[in-house]
Amino acid sequence: MKNIATKNPWVAPVIVRHSSSGMNKFGGVRDAQFRDEIAGVSIAELVEKYGSPLFVLSEEHLRQSVRRINRAFTTRYAKVRQAWSYKTNYINAVSAILHQEGCDAEVVSEFEYDKARRLGVPASRIFFNGPYKSRGALTKAVSEGARIHVDHLDELALLEEVAAELNILNFPITIRLNFDTGFAENWGRFGFNLENGQAMEAARRIAASPNLKLTGLHNHIGTFITDPRAYTAQVGIMINFMNNVEAATDCTITTLDIGGGFASRNAMQGVYLPPEQITPTAEQYAEAICGALAIGLKDREQNGKPLPELVLETGRAVVDEAEWLISSVVANKRLPTGQRAMVLDAGVNILFTAFWYNHEVRPARPVEGIPEDTVLYGPLCMNIDVVRQSVSLPPLKTGDLLSFWPVGAYNNTQWMQFIQLRPAVVMVRQNGQVDVVRRAETLDDVEEPENLPIDLQPDFS
Amino acid sequence: MKNILLATKRLALSESGFVFDPVSGQSFSVNDTGLVILRLAQHQDDIEQLTEQLLEQFDASSVEIKRDVQDFIHRLQGFLK
Repeated sequence: MKNIATKNPWVAPVIVRHSSSGMNKFGGVRDAQFRDEIAGVSIAELVEKYGSPLFVLSEEHLRQSVRRINRAFTTRYAKVRQAWSYKTNYINAVSAILHQEGCDAEVVSEFEYDKARRLGVPASRIFFNGPYKSRGALTKAVSEGARIHVDHLDELALLEEVAAELNILNFPITIRLNFDTGFAENWGRFGFNLENGQAMEAARRIAASPNLKLTGLHNHIGTFITDPRAYTAQVGIMINFMNNVEAATDCTITTLDIGGGFASRNAMQGVYLPPEQITPTAEQYAEAICGALAIGLKDREQNGKPLPELVLETGRAVVDEAEWLISSVVANKRLPTGQRAMVLDAGVNILFTAFWYNHEVRPARPVEGIPEDTVLYGPLCMNIDVVRQSVSLPPLKTGDLLSFWPVGAYNNTQWMQFIQLRPAVVMVRQNGQVDVVRRAETLDDVEEPENLPIDLQPDFS
Repeated sequence: MKNILLATKRLALSESGFVFDPVSGQSFSVNDTGLVILRLAQHQDDIEQLTEQLLEQFDASSVEIKRDVQDFIHRLQGFLK
């Protein structure tokens, strides 16, 4: 006993070669610190109670984030609606908070539409987007009075049939546009092209239909747009088309939906500058968009037309920074190349965005020791399961916890049950209480839809 | 393994963990444990005995120390070729 007390604590030995390359003034210091709490709750205690890996949402972060975007736009333009993009994270607790904050719903499938309706969202506050809506889905959405964004001519024809069957006249619809802003890559696959006349053709067809009425224009310029000027160009082009289509078809446009695409403070792989420097603030996006609206719409009310409402399909920018993933180190390895590797209990099966982001990775306790370049592998027996190709981390032991951030967007929807079960998602409430908002998956959850024919039951007796 | 312990004898070690290899001209940083291992290695050419000495000094299991020392020696092999 006495002998043990005099011994020094063991820290894994580390040797790092000095590099003579110059300092990088753009590099900044990332991943150097530790994070031992989320919204005031200890990470170690969360894992002890709810297991590892674990997704942790912060209600406070989520509410502050949506309020900031709302404030940035409503102080610059009179009519603004935020439509929460369900596909980004459709856990009910997340959607419910955003609806409490005044958001409408933007859905892209019948499944998402039903999810929003079940949560109590009135159909009139659901923007039904996406390239595929079945006849059944359209019939339900039209009869309930949802706001439908038409993607192609076949859908337009189907929608006309549905409205006629329901004996509905002048059902208000929005058409999706695609065009070149000169900034982001043109997403030509969605909607009607503006440059080649498809969009105007669709508008004429709607004008000729007794059952439909064109009242809205939609465009989504792309994703993770870090140059707000792209939105200035987008809004200018949409207003120009609005004026043309109103003159050509005698319609009145009351909605301009500029889609989503706002970036979060996540580090996109292959981008040199850190997110702190390249991610625009909500105010910068709002300034670019509302400035273009002010210029383009300055004579509109004098000309007897209403100011269109601006619809934002916000997703990533609202939720990404409000969620963390906690994972445990299960093994340390040394690769043949000399690089250090760690195996974690969370992989690309639940952290899907690791394919395109370099998340911020922090130990959950202060760790002494020289940081070393490390590759982080997940638990899957698959070569692609790399959650971080290269990150500088101090020596860590098995059982040590790491937090990944921001992970709120596209992980809780794109994750998959593959090899491993999906872990729990908890939310730290504003009062500090922790609620499980999605329990950990069980084998029963996975096998419930299956049916094993009786004669296929293996016999090992 | 023995060769790499012999190669450590040429290294210049400082109190702060700065390591200089006069053969390659390269310099390195080691943490406190790394420094202890290099110091022991300079006067020891048997890896088993080196591990025994570490066990006497540090509060850790023999499995943990052997694994970490082996990893450290592999790393040195890459650097001190």
